[in-house]
Amino acid sequence: MNNLSSIPYFLPEFSIIIIALSVLVFDLVGLKKYIKLFSIIGFSFIGLLLLQSSSSGIFIFENMLVNDSLSYYFKWIILISTFSIFLVSNYSKELDDEYYSEYNFLLMVILLGMFLMTNSIDLLMIYLSVELVSIPSYILAGIIKNDRKSNEASLKYVIFGSFASGLMLFGISWLYGISGTTNIYEIHQSILLVDNPYMLFMSIVLILIGFGYKISMAPMHYWTPDVYEGSPTAVTAFFSIAPKAAGFAILIRTFFTLFSIDGNINISSSPLVLANWSLILSVLSAVTMTVGNLLALKQENVKRMLAYSTISHVGFMLMAFSTLSVDGNVAIMFYLTMYMFMNLSAFFMVIYVENNYNVDSVDGWAGLGHKNLILSAFMVISLVSLAGLPPTSGFVAKVYLFRTLFAEQQFYWLAIVGILNSVVSLYYYFKIVKSMYFKENDNLEVKNANPVIFWLIIIFSSQNILFYLYWSPLYEYIKDLFV
Amino acid sequence: MEKSILTLLIFLPVLGAALMLPASKYLKIKNIIKWIALVTTGMQLLLAGWLYLNFDPFLSVMESPFTVQIEWIKHFNIEYFVGIDGLSIPMVLLTALLSFLCIVASWNIDKKPLGYFSLFLLLDAGMMGVFLSLDFFLFYIFWEVMLLPMYFLIGIWGGPQRHYAAIKFFLYTLFGSVFMLLAMLGLYYYTAPFNADVGTFNLIKLIELAPQIDAQLWGYNVQWLLWLGLFIGFAIKVPVFPFHTWLPLAHVEAPTAISVILAGVLLKMGTYGLLRISYPLLPGEVIGFAYTLAILGVINILWGALNAIAQIDMKKMVAYSSVSHMGYVLLGMAAVVSTSSSGAQAGMNGAVMQMFNHGTITAMLFLLVGVLYDQAHHRWIVYPDDYEDQNLAGKPGFGGIGSQVPVYTALVAFTFFAGLGLPALSGFISEALCFIGGFSAFRLLTAIGTLGILLNAIYFLRAYQRVFLGSLNETYSNLVDINKRELFTVLPIAFFVLLFGVYPKPLVNMISSSIGSLIDIVQKAM
Repeated sequence: MNNLSSIPYFLPEFSIIIIALSVLVFDLVGLKKYIKLFSIIGFSFIGLLLLQSSSSGIFIFENMLVNDSLSYYFKWIILISTFSIFLVSNYSKELDDEYYSEYNFLLMVILLGMFLMTNSIDLLMIYLSVELVSIPSYILAGIIKNDRKSNEASLKYVIFGSFASGLMLFGISWLYGISGTTNIYEIHQSILLVDNPYMLFMSIVLILIGFGYKISMAPMHYWTPDVYEGSPTAVTAFFSIAPKAAGFAILIRTFFTLFSIDGNINISSSPLVLANWSLILSVLSAVTMTVGNLLALKQENVKRMLAYSTISHVGFMLMAFSTLSVDGNVAIMFYLTMYMFMNLSAFFMVIYVENNYNVDSVDGWAGLGHKNLILSAFMVISLVSLAGLPPTSGFVAKVYLFRTLFAEQQFYWLAIVGILNSVVSLYYYFKIVKSMYFKENDNLEVKNANPVIFWLIIIFSSQNILFYLYWSPLYEYIKDLFV
Repeated sequence: MEKSILTLLIFLPVLGAALMLPASKYLKIKNIIKWIALVTTGMQLLLAGWLYLNFDPFLSVMESPFTVQIEWIKHFNIEYFVGIDGLSIPMVLLTALLSFLCIVASWNIDKKPLGYFSLFLLLDAGMMGVFLSLDFFLFYIFWEVMLLPMYFLIGIWGGPQRHYAAIKFFLYTLFGSVFMLLAMLGLYYYTAPFNADVGTFNLIKLIELAPQIDAQLWGYNVQWLLWLGLFIGFAIKVPVFPFHTWLPLAHVEAPTAISVILAGVLLKMGTYGLLRISYPLLPGEVIGFAYTLAILGVINILWGALNAIAQIDMKKMVAYSSVSHMGYVLLGMAAVVSTSSSGAQAGMNGAVMQMFNHGTITAMLFLLVGVLYDQAHHRWIVYPDDYEDQNLAGKPGFGGIGSQVPVYTALVAFTFFAGLGLPALSGFISEALCFIGGFSAFRLLTAIGTLGILLNAIYFLRAYQRVFLGSLNETYSNLVDINKRELFTVLPIAFFVLLFGVYPKPLVNMISSSIGSLIDIVQKAM
């Protein structure tokens, strides 16, 4: 479809651009205090447009983007998480009011980048959208100008990020060299006839490094803990879910467009035949979850601990991805949805504690469980869900990840590694619970959370119970996206 | 009524727990939380009693009017499937009885009663759920749901080492149960080909399907791997040596009522799981594993008893006695492979009866130790050598209090004798049956195992002598005898211990039909 007639299919993204620019203009003309209201209206508007948007698999902008059900679903995850982060950021005491409009502008730009990531079907577009997410993220990580840790986070992020995207660009150029086109559907056709599998192998490795960096897959995870610890907590919460979802979207789309035949990737008949990619991915998955978990065990800083736990959750999702099957993708998308609720509610709780008690270590949470009964109880639910135990949706989602391995009848060893990892993860999540409930701290004052943060924690955390009681419709909805 | 009673049994405590928070806020009645807990568990006990009266032991689960089977998650074939048979009914009765009595025993809990009693009720719901579920997924969920309340109950209301004990209990049990999860998924997918490619968690259907699995994985038979996964999960709960190290710690650190639940109900879940899931689903593996199981049982008996002898803390001694007594259950269960049918029946019936009887006896033991501890604030039989108060180190903890608290002493004597298996008390019958069964299958092992009876007698009698007999330790000259509330918690149990000691027929009638069909399933595979 040509550029002009593509516009109707691009309305959510257009509205993001307009809102983002308007936020800056509002600041310039002195209407700063209306930005919040305007953004809330803007977000709802984007939501409405997204609801209207087509998911029929139409190629737009001269085959640069596609609007299909995969992108549609991921966009909802991204939009909901970004919106909730926007709401919470308004009340985070860490963030400087001086940069309020810049902060929201950057958030909007990243939102646009992530939307495009889910849509891209052209190597150039893939690269551009990844960069559109990365570059504003570097600034967001360092948005607390006078904080050394925040500066460090930003710098590390830039260095690791540019290195990884350089490698990815290199891989993209190889793939272009092999196939002579940048459209991944056309590449799919031409690499079936490829006569030099080693070049293909190399280019996939390099591209995987680029994606792996975005989703913090081991061994490209090194940036994660430092960046997460240094960034403002609201930004950390944002990084831990929205770009991860976008990263998985692009990973799934690229792999399944390039190498699948009839939907599933069958290694022996696809161009991937040179190496057993399933096996490589399964090893990466095992390493990712183990590294994340083992390093999380020793952390005393809650944010850092959650950063490492994010790595281990990525490892769990890769476990399903390693089967390279549609079932695995469904499980990942289901898991991401649940993960969004549990992880964000846990992070919002961290923001609440930081705002009111100004502590960032696990010990600082001592006695909280006896002071703020409701929020603490919901935090326990979120942590149980993160650890993957019933009665929470985290358990259900994890079962589906493991189920994929059994359904595809491969990598039972990975199932054992995964299940042992989930036992390990319990230990550090419950360090927080232990601190909250088992220790007494009479000096702790009872402080009420800001109502927005309070209700967001409650709403997000209660999803852990609701989706545990009945998750069938959601799962079947995701499953039908792939038909 | 018939269709809803099992659901009520499980979810009544949840309802009670949910009512507690609003009730404590808006109703200004003294001890309202405790009353809610008491009424809820009381109603549960009545329901369980009604269930017992209307229970027909000769109906299979599918014929029973109480069975409820409702679709829950269609695409994964998960059902809300609860039912009752001879295997589960003693456990349900035990759970209901002990839960009710434990609420009474916890009446003196004043530290954060809202948390304590609501968690207790959730624990109660989880236990009921485990014993009533006939869908593996549901079973697993209830199995895990129990861990959370238990973690908090030990960790907040427990003794000095409670934090460590709580997380150790949690991690150990979780470690076991995750393997059970894998085995569960394995059963689902490996049986699918025999069921028109539809996997199932239905434990009744799986009895037909699971033995047909004929596949290899990593050079092992898949059935064997499934058995192993399930066994690790259940063995940690029993606990089978060498997985027992969480037990003494958790039992000692937990508050009295929770120790009662731990020893009285939670340990039985391990053996119940073996009988409910591993035995009927993988009979071929049972036969191959029976000898190992018997060896583990005998090790449990001896190791638990020897450890108990070495203890100078009364509660720890009781905890280790549980390890020993669960060994009898294992030995009895292993006897299912006995070539003589009477031997197999004796062993299996003995095992299930021992599960019930140990539940009652150990509950009394913990309750009585708790009574003494509440007054004396310690429970040393002999003070340890490195005791903080140097004047007391190495001295006897009590001594001669028998004359001071005669009723209490009599009750302890009764319970200790029940524990060491004195005839006419319930422990004797079930232990004897376990040994008869064991002997018909494994002569030498059982002969070694019977030493356990002697060892049991040693530590119980020695403890009794040191604490209650001899001249009165002057420190305890103002000890008050057991009060009415405490009497109320132990007397009903004592009644059952005595009743099933002299007249075990009601218990046997309840279970023998289901046990018979279980034995048939296993022996058919021989």
